[in-house]
Amino acid sequence: MFRKLAASALTAATLMATPALAAGGLGEITDYSFSFEGPFGVYDRNQLQRGLQVYTEVCSSCHGLEFVAFRTLSDRNGPELPDDQMRAYAEMYEVWDEELRDWRTAAGPDHFPESQFEGAPDLSLMAKARVGFEGPYGLGLNQLFRGLGGAEYIASFLTGYTGEEDLQAGTLFYYNKAYDGWVSMNPVLFEDMLEYADGTPATEEQMAQDVAAFLMWTAEPKLVERKRAGFVGVIFLSVLAALLYLTNKQLWAPIKRAAKQD
Amino acid sequence: MSGIPHDHYEPKTNAEKWLHRRLPIVGLIYDTIMIPTPKNLNWMWIWGIVLMFCLILQIVTGIVLVMHYTPHADMAFASVEHIMRNVNGGFMLRYLHQNGAMLFFAAVYIHIFRGLYYGSYKTPREITWIIGMLIYLLMMATAFMGYVLPWGQMSFWGATVITGLFGAIPGIGEPLQMWLLGGPAVGNATLNRFFSLHYLLPFVILGLTILHIWAFHTTGNNNPSGVDVRRGSKEEAEKDTLPFWPYFVIKDLFALVLILAGFWALVGFMPGFLGHADNYIEANPLVTPSHIVPEWYFLPFYAILRAFTSDVWVVIAANWLSFGIIDAAFFGVLAMFASIFVMALVPWLDTSSVRSGRYRPMFKWWFWLLVIDFFVLMWAGAMPAEGIYTTIALIGTAYWFGYFLIILPILGVIEKPLPQPETIEADFKAGLKKKSGGSGPSPEQIPAE
Repeated sequence: MFRKLAASALTAATLMATPALAAGGLGEITDYSFSFEGPFGVYDRNQLQRGLQVYTEVCSSCHGLEFVAFRTLSDRNGPELPDDQMRAYAEMYEVWDEELRDWRTAAGPDHFPESQFEGAPDLSLMAKARVGFEGPYGLGLNQLFRGLGGAEYIASFLTGYTGEEDLQAGTLFYYNKAYDGWVSMNPVLFEDMLEYADGTPATEEQMAQDVAAFLMWTAEPKLVERKRAGFVGVIFLSVLAALLYLTNKQLWAPIKRAAKQD
Repeated sequence: MSGIPHDHYEPKTNAEKWLHRRLPIVGLIYDTIMIPTPKNLNWMWIWGIVLMFCLILQIVTGIVLVMHYTPHADMAFASVEHIMRNVNGGFMLRYLHQNGAMLFFAAVYIHIFRGLYYGSYKTPREITWIIGMLIYLLMMATAFMGYVLPWGQMSFWGATVITGLFGAIPGIGEPLQMWLLGGPAVGNATLNRFFSLHYLLPFVILGLTILHIWAFHTTGNNNPSGVDVRRGSKEEAEKDTLPFWPYFVIKDLFALVLILAGFWALVGFMPGFLGHADNYIEANPLVTPSHIVPEWYFLPFYAILRAFTSDVWVVIAANWLSFGIIDAAFFGVLAMFASIFVMALVPWLDTSSVRSGRYRPMFKWWFWLLVIDFFVLMWAGAMPAEGIYTTIALIGTAYWFGYFLIILPILGVIEKPLPQPETIEADFKAGLKKKSGGSGPSPEQIPAE
């Protein structure tokens, strides 16, 4: 199922100009298939929970999720943690309280902490800020069926290390083929580095896809609601258009008949 | 309101008469809704309603978005995320507003090209055309300032590049740019004034739209044949026209709902399709995106702006003639504004007395070339400003100006137009016959005498 896309050539031919990564280009992006792709795709709750586990045990040591509130972890169409688990999860974090002027244990309404240091970008919106592939001729029309490609980019990035290293001005850089360049983030995923609560084997690919799906959810938590609104709206408007078509035909019929007759 | 003879509102009940003597508002609404409209309008005449809908959609969604948005450089980005995550239906409001702007521009471009093809700008509709151009300019200003409000990377750097255009004006450029930005660079002051103007300008557009409608209700609609409605008597006028309500209201509503079904699918299934991924990264003055591109609807004019590099001979000539005052950057800015200005002048540049492009065999080709040119410029605007792309943009720009300044004035003189229909009624009938396939009425339609 996995198809390799040489996205950079397509990016160059972009008409609608969505490519623009903050820096660097697009390298080799693997077209992973995710449950939330396509007009009716929804998030896989179990995958999001596994992704949360990867985020918590791996990513969160450097990166933050400043726009995501803990309480949304139990939202419908999300990871759907039971309320007590969500609260217990929030209690693992400490947040700064402006009113107390002190640190306190986090609760449901609080947000995930920000990134630990400058070089690590916040991950809340990363899946929407990185468009993984543009589709035929860069038109991006495959978004409809395969999503933006941001999740694919993240998963490809996490598995994209070739092992090459380079020491530049005292900093170690790592070659990443998804980024198609040198990055300062070191490889973080290793087989069986964590034990999934649901017993899924923790391969590198599995963890990369799970956390990518989770980050897609943090970027677009209302994806399922949006598609549903889209579906209902399109049906409603199509029926209305059909009725108006018939009304219009009926209304103009005598005028056209009269014009044809003389 | 219009000069076409038709029935006017007559107050019937005592209450209506009482009101009509004091404020003839019902009469005004009646005359507006019942305006005699040429029978033969085709499907290209539906875009006005679509545009009216877009304006209202943008104002309504915009007003609700403002209730949840915070215009501050430190909080704007987070407040947009608050809308996307916490506000009930906020994600739909925001996506509708964002994509609504794109539907607005798509519709306005088709509306403008409709006018260019059917000669809707020609006498006596010059004022309608010019007001339309003003609306278009204000739409661009409004869209540009609205794009800055989410305070993403592309918002910030787009604002930096576009306000930099004013900085290219010799002498007053830099102080002007600083005055526009409210500081030496794009910052909180810029965000606040853009927010204020983004809220104000749509209402100016609304006012101009009313003038736009008033103007063409005075002259009457143009139509695909370009032939005037007969105005000798009410009976004669009624052969050429039908009242706007219900005939065109229902027709336009059908088209509008059909377009909205497609629009809704875009919003529901791929709302980020026409946007920039970079705008989901918060504005950072220290990191410049590798590729700063405006939204698609600005691209043709962005291409014109960038087409004039310092090695183009007209730029060199202008530079020499102006003793170095006009450099490549300033020339580009002038060219961009001029490209819209020549469009506004088209009522006086087109010398042909025939309105509709349908009866102008040579004009047709040049017109469709202009449409292609528009898309070529749009594509060139999305490409990096280097190599072959600037050459393509330059050729596209040359054609854009050539069409308005050379081709249109000459065509009117050398072209031999095809015969036009005598009346709108005749055109309407001819259109029906063409559609039903045969020449002449089919047997069952011949009245038995």
